[in-house]
Amino acid sequence: MDLYEYQGRALFARHSVPVLDGGVATTPQEAVALAERLGERVVVKAQVKVGGRGKAGGVKLADDVAEVQTHATNILGMDIKGHTVEKIMLTVTADIDKEYYYSYLLDRANRTFLCIASVAGGMEIEEVAHTDPEKVVKRPIDAGVGVNADIANEIFDEAGFPEDLRTQLVDVFVKLWDAFVAEDATLVEVNPLVRTPEGRVLALDAKVTLDENAAFRHPEHAEFEDKSAVDPLEQRATDSGLNYVKLDGSVGIIGNGAGLVMSTLDVVSYAGEAHGGVKPANFLDIGGGASAAVMANGLEVVLSDPQVKSVFVNIFGGITACDEVARGILGALQTLADRGEDVTKPLVARIDGNNAEEGRQILADANHPLITVVETMDAAADKAAELANQEA
Amino acid sequence: MAIFLNENSKVIVQGMTGSEGMKHTRRMLKAGTEIVGGVNPRKAGTKVDVDGVSLPVFASVAEAIGETGANASVVFVPPAFSKAAVVEAIDAEIELVIVITEGIPVHDSVAFWNYAEAKGNKTRIVGPNCPGIASPGKSNAGITPADITGAGPIGLVSKSGTLTYQLMYELRDIGFSTSVGIGGDPVIGTTHIDCLAAFEADPETKAIVMIGEIGGDAEERAAEYIKNHVTKPVVGYIAGFTAPEGKTMGHAGAIISGSAGTAESKKEALEAAGVKVGKTPSETARLMREVVENL
Repeated sequence: MDLYEYQGRALFARHSVPVLDGGVATTPQEAVALAERLGERVVVKAQVKVGGRGKAGGVKLADDVAEVQTHATNILGMDIKGHTVEKIMLTVTADIDKEYYYSYLLDRANRTFLCIASVAGGMEIEEVAHTDPEKVVKRPIDAGVGVNADIANEIFDEAGFPEDLRTQLVDVFVKLWDAFVAEDATLVEVNPLVRTPEGRVLALDAKVTLDENAAFRHPEHAEFEDKSAVDPLEQRATDSGLNYVKLDGSVGIIGNGAGLVMSTLDVVSYAGEAHGGVKPANFLDIGGGASAAVMANGLEVVLSDPQVKSVFVNIFGGITACDEVARGILGALQTLADRGEDVTKPLVARIDGNNAEEGRQILADANHPLITVVETMDAAADKAAELANQEA
Repeated sequence: MAIFLNENSKVIVQGMTGSEGMKHTRRMLKAGTEIVGGVNPRKAGTKVDVDGVSLPVFASVAEAIGETGANASVVFVPPAFSKAAVVEAIDAEIELVIVITEGIPVHDSVAFWNYAEAKGNKTRIVGPNCPGIASPGKSNAGITPADITGAGPIGLVSKSGTLTYQLMYELRDIGFSTSVGIGGDPVIGTTHIDCLAAFEADPETKAIVMIGEIGGDAEERAAEYIKNHVTKPVVGYIAGFTAPEGKTMGHAGAIISGSAGTAESKKEALEAAGVKVGKTPSETARLMREVVENL
């Protein structure tokens, strides 16, 4: 889960990383009230999870309350690369003498954590790494050791930070590591980390990504979830414990196993090329069991998407054999009928694997008017795409 | 021969007494796996009856090894306790630990991986978030359905469980030496490259299927490895060409970040290494069939 800057800033503050005083507002009135509390010149920043907000006019300085009102009114509701600004953050300002870069992140390839530090901050670190590679220090961090004062000092020396900032920066490096670990983050990035003319160190930005697998030990992270920005269908699927991602096509997809479902999306897209360019409407993995109840919940979510014109159920029967899967599909349709849902969209089922013949026979015998059984994944994708195109 | 898991594997189950552990212990026994016991400190000293087989429960992995000569462990414990379970297996220096559990925090996975490295990597870690290893006719450790196919010349390595089953099913008349599900998490123990190296060295394996998916650069690195070290034919498949950027597609590791981790980049890297890449699972199976026919 990527956090908004104001959330990252709050998280930094919780771990005693120095940040500027500020707060968040969702209306110009709130922004004005906040600016009055802060009592000086403020910066108004659009809160979006996408870069380039400065260029888009989403970051403005306000010298007085009237300007706060103007900027807040302009920025709230602004569209930045497809993201609507719902919140703005206000902070007091700081004079900047020097800008640095500092981050901890998960290094997938090396299966460890990585610290990236640079005396050249304020711009994209990839750019610095390209133009001034000698100015970017990358250091693997062993999870068992972490970043203590000794290691922080080594990073400080290696990156060549100015000596008079040693105490402050080493302290910030250790505290950022504490935050990274304590919050189960996969990214903690400060760009820029600045030095003021008075020699103070401040984190002027906060980019944080949290590991959703660790949510069970961080009930407090629930507050960071932005329900307003979540697609309502995705929210509904999450509430039913389903793994669902909304896409913009018209072929609803239900399958078991993340890899098989990703593959199903691809195969449907290829098949769609011959049927008016129809595309998959969603990713939905109902997991290994594929029971009738889970199938019913999945079908309900997929069918409630008004864009869906046909549904492709693609199941490989492994431990749950295909006869059970077939009964699951029929049971799911029955469950939906019992719930009073009006199911009218055609459904293509491809079930393969253990007891495939029996499973297909069960579906054939049921003779359900909406179900077409197709033996192979490629042919079933073609049929589902064809039906979606006809219904469109 | 098979790789990593064979008829000499003596398997213990960490978390055997839980519902998933019990269900799959029963299955693995039925598949012919030599299961020698389970680990649960709270139930140590008791016995568990699984379809007429009495399995001892030990207090620790070390005790289980001492009593039974176990050399492999399958972990079914819940995410909150997985790190401790894997660390215990590493401390006991068991040869192989297969972590089936899905949803382990990545800080925990990095922690046990860094710990294994610090201890000299005496324990091979497979997973987490994986279906495990199946060497048909020899042993089955994990949740791979055992009755899809029999022993044969194909070695398979995959990030995805169901795609593994799909390919094993499509090629069931040919058969497999070993299939290794390495898992869909961002940080895993055994990699595509580890499996490719083992298959290259395994006389029973004549051809290799490699299944990847979006996220990270493991497939690109595997392609580089194939180019330089693998002489056996490799057929590839990559899932996720239509996945949107920035969305996790089921597996915690299956996410395109910016322009990194795309299916296109992986496919190109594999093709540049001389690997035939199927457009769909069926086409991949067909490519492998051609390879086997020409062996």
